[in-house]
Amino acid sequence: MTQSHCVDLQWQTEITRLSGQPISLCYQCQRCTSGCLPAAHADYTPNQIIRLIQYGARERVLRSRAIWLCSSCYACDVRCPNGINISDVMDVLKEMAITGGLAPLEENAPLFHRLFVKDIRRRGRVHEAVLMARYKLRTGTLWDDLPLALRLYRRGKLPVLASTVKQKQTIRRLFHLAESSVKGGRTDQ
Amino acid sequence: MITRLSYYPGCSLKATGLEYDLSARAVCRELDVELTEVEDWNCCGATSAHSLNSFLGLSLPARNLAQVQKGGLDVVAPCAACYNRLRHAEYHLRRHGRMGTLLEKSLGFVFEDRVTVLTLPDLFVRRVGLETVLHRVTNKLNGLRLACFYGCLLVRPPRITGAIGQARDPDLLDRLVASLGAEPVQWSYKTECCGASQALTHPEVARAMVSRLLEAAREAGAEAVVTACPLCQSNLEMHGSTETGLPSFYFTELMGLAFNLPEAQRWFKMHLVDPTRCLACCRGSASTLLECK
Ligand code: SF4
Ligand code: SF4
Repeated sequence: MTQSHCVDLQWQTEITRLSGQPISLCYQCQRCTSGCLPAAHADYTPNQIIRLIQYGARERVLRSRAIWLCSSCYACDVRCPNGINISDVMDVLKEMAITGGLAPLEENAPLFHRLFVKDIRRRGRVHEAVLMARYKLRTGTLWDDLPLALRLYRRGKLPVLASTVKQKQTIRRLFHLAESSVKGGRTDQ
Repeated sequence: MITRLSYYPGCSLKATGLEYDLSARAVCRELDVELTEVEDWNCCGATSAHSLNSFLGLSLPARNLAQVQKGGLDVVAPCAACYNRLRHAEYHLRRHGRMGTLLEKSLGFVFEDRVTVLTLPDLFVRRVGLETVLHRVTNKLNGLRLACFYGCLLVRPPRITGAIGQARDPDLLDRLVASLGAEPVQWSYKTECCGASQALTHPEVARAMVSRLLEAAREAGAEAVVTACPLCQSNLEMHGSTETGLPSFYFTELMGLAFNLPEAQRWFKMHLVDPTRCLACCRGSASTLLECK
């Protein structure tokens, strides 16, 4: 891991622009963190992520486990006395980590999200059972949940036929536009 | 008076949340709410789309709003995650900033801001009215002590959901179950996160989150937890161990029970963890109510 020890203010400016959030206002009160349940299991807490952004520690942040433990629960947003929507910052970081190829390989969340949207791209809707099977297959845990699959099946919750959107070309167009928005940089909101 | 609404089921209600779909439709029918499924709806993208790409995370729900607008009726979204994504798209379309304009352009529609996006508790408490609900109750859930669990996405973030003043201590579900004769307990985990997709990606983290929740509900004296989201429901069922875990119900199932709908017992059988089995071990109002052996 390369670590820069000089403060790079550029990156804070970039994240501020992309997320629309006033990152420089953070005064480390840690209210965000006190409401964040997964923080206890992460390498960095939300306030530390914000601090690292201020330091310009790009790689540390984008390679962190913390951003993938964020479940977008918005608890931090509601708490921040400085109006920083940390969850919006987390979304920008997730997107950057993926497009920059920096998401840790052992993290399953990027894979899950990718398979999820792939399913949408395919038919406009998600077939939960197929998605779960694909995910389990890729993480090598397919057989762990076989009893669960059987239970779902017996309860009529594993539809055999996947339902599909009729206007598939619209969905495809949205995906093309999303991809070009990545190439041209994230769309500021 | 008949209330006519668009209905956005979302992907979960066709699969793991099937009993939520069935009970929601049944209860609506009983309350003279006529639902029409949104024409050719697509997945809202859930947490995954917006975690990967901001445009995708907004344009998927925006297409649904365009479909709803064509129908002209207000829309109800039972799944908290779907509801939240629809509201996010609405927020940007309404603000008409760069993103809003881009969404309109890419979908070839003009957002008219004519339809309202509702949650199911919104519909029953604010549109139909608790009086009407109360009037329909024939099998009071006398004294059943319930912990109403709202989770994140029904209420947060308030700038999107408009749940100002309801973001920390919401009460729509509490009022609703009280009108069924149940007794909502006071507890401080109403709006904590259930772990969402962490259940798959970081199961140990999700398990810790759910255990804390269930413990708090039990401490508050609850006999069961009430949910309004298929993801909350399956996480509570799957990760709260059957021995120590409290049973969870969709609030619509309890409405069905209080309305004495015969199909209610069938919904309980569809749970991954049969709630009546958990209730069978606790004597008291709950078990008699559900006719447990
Ligand atoms: S949105 Fe993410 S960072 Fe914020 S409290 Fe929730 S899990 Fe933590
Ligand atoms: S709540 Fe806001 S100001 Fe306080 S540490 Fe978190 S981001 Fe910084």
